[in-house]
Amino acid sequence: MRRLMMTSGSLALLFGVVACSTTPPPAPVVEEPEPVIVEPEPEPEPVIEVIEEPEPVVPAGPLAGSLEDFQVNVGERVFFDLDQYVLTEDARSVLQRQAAWLGSYADVKILVAGNCDERGTREYNLALGERRANVVKDYLVDLGVDPARIETVSYGKERPIAAGSDESAWALNRNGFTQIVSGAAS
Amino acid sequence: MSRIKTVLGALAFWLTGAMPLASAQLEVNISTGVFEPTPIAIPDFEAKGVDPEIASQISEIVRSDLESTGLFVLTPPSAFIQTDVNIEVAPRFADWKIIKSDALVIGSVESVLRDGTELLRGSLRMWDVYGEELMRFEDESGALVSGRRFLTKPEDLRRIAHKISDAIYSRLTGEDGYFDTRIVYIAESGPKLARVKRLAIMDSDGANVQYLTSGRYTVLTPRFSPTAQQITYMSYEGGIPRVYLYDLQRGRQEVLGDFRSMTFAPRFSADGSRVLLTEAESGNSDIHIMDLRTRQSRRLTTHPAIDTSPSMSPDGREVVFNSDRGGSPQLYIMNADGSPRACPSGGRDIACRITFGTGRYSTPVWSPRGDLIAFTKQSGGRFYIGVIGTDGSGERLLTESYLDEGPDWSPNGRVITFFREGRPGAAPELWSVDLTGRSLRRLVTPTDASDPAWSPLLP
Repeated sequence: MRRLMMTSGSLALLFGVVACSTTPPPAPVVEEPEPVIVEPEPEPEPVIEVIEEPEPVVPAGPLAGSLEDFQVNVGERVFFDLDQYVLTEDARSVLQRQAAWLGSYADVKILVAGNCDERGTREYNLALGERRANVVKDYLVDLGVDPARIETVSYGKERPIAAGSDESAWALNRNGFTQIVSGAAS
Repeated sequence: MSRIKTVLGALAFWLTGAMPLASAQLEVNISTGVFEPTPIAIPDFEAKGVDPEIASQISEIVRSDLESTGLFVLTPPSAFIQTDVNIEVAPRFADWKIIKSDALVIGSVESVLRDGTELLRGSLRMWDVYGEELMRFEDESGALVSGRRFLTKPEDLRRIAHKISDAIYSRLTGEDGYFDTRIVYIAESGPKLARVKRLAIMDSDGANVQYLTSGRYTVLTPRFSPTAQQITYMSYEGGIPRVYLYDLQRGRQEVLGDFRSMTFAPRFSADGSRVLLTEAESGNSDIHIMDLRTRQSRRLTTHPAIDTSPSMSPDGREVVFNSDRGGSPQLYIMNADGSPRACPSGGRDIACRITFGTGRYSTPVWSPRGDLIAFTKQSGGRFYIGVIGTDGSGERLLTESYLDEGPDWSPNGRVITFFREGRPGAAPELWSVDLTGRSLRRLVTPTDASDPAWSPLLP
């Protein structure tokens, strides 16, 4: 707002100068000069519009290329069906966004973790989680992400994100989690 | 004598499922299906030059050990008629028959000076009440002796008690005991979404808990060497999950092997010289075996399916493992040298499936006796601990709950320890069950606990 007022003032001055140069030569008598500010041009409407233009450019969402950008606009997790390691349609579309994002930010390195629900044994779930992590990695590589940027790990059933012991919690806990480990904007 | 033999003969049947040399009484027991624990009386041991509290404590540990097996019922001291028993003198058998004790243990605890050091000595004799005779023991050299004596430092009084329990158990069942042993496990704490998991070790009865890792990183699935004071387990220390070896005497741990990818699900071979483990690489888990002396390893499976949780037969010739190569997790047996074998279901294959019941089977563990394989089974939303013959016959489920997982055998192959979450959201606890499924007990731990594994008998 302060900037707006200052700019209007300088514009008013500009118009004033223009008005002055178009006035006929004054009598040599020393008189009060014609007031320069007589009939100033009204503040032109279009000027205000021009001044308002920068405002919407102020960024409102997460910084592009940041961890938050990835979390909010791309999605970190894909979910698996019971005892499955095949990517669902939903999972594919999240991974397509991940691949596109990773394509834009080539310095980013990721760790893909495979997670399982609690309805299996620890040892089997470590193997299943490793398989899930690699299914995610393989799809990202198919979509053009350099495999050297992707590490994988299995947490089996050791890292649940939902504490419940029901189907809705288990569904959330069967996931592939793409964690940015380095290279994100901050 | 005959009565004790009969009861324990029936016990042998329950334990092995095989007919022992039969007697008429034995057959009666089997056909009625009634199992009677053997009544045994253990009066407080006599204190000779030591605090009576110490003698009393040792007696109590012995009673508790034996009672925990489910094989014995302890005659309550309030029922005793003869209260002046003496280890040097035969008891008044009639007094013990009246209160129906089949066996009577008389013991003493004394202080002994050896090379200027004060030591504790526990002694016992055991009497067959109905046979009215002394039950002699075999000593380490095989000679018959009238009783057993154990000597140790005073701070190890619990171990004297466990040694005495092992001697009694062994004399009455003909099997090695399992009381002077330890259990390694995962101590858990904190909320479900941020669990802290530490390697812990305790005596087999839950005493003397010690923590071996700090909790800064997660550790899982420890297993005890059957021959040495060594533990193998999986740890996330250093980020990539790997199998480690922990030397209890030196208190040192090291990564096992030079594998490129994550390794997990380790178990020792029965002779303690090798570790079987799983390496997962690019989404495929396969089983490897590593020689602990040379540190050379060999890959045992090459199937693109999940192959994990390997356990070797006591003779080292076969390996049972968990695989989903048939579409769901099941148990398979293969020859340790990878040669094809005749499968129980017909045909020849590198690995033969042995589980065909409904449900999913995992975490097989070969019994130290060689005849059975313990497993975790998941079916209809419930989890079970069970055993099955090595040819896939005779499956028996011993326990059931919301989550029963991860069996491991007592060194004598008579008891299975595992962990349980009794209902949805319940904290994990350690439990044990004998092979009959009758004696189901909780092992109390100071924290939540999982993944128990049994040590061999201590020297």
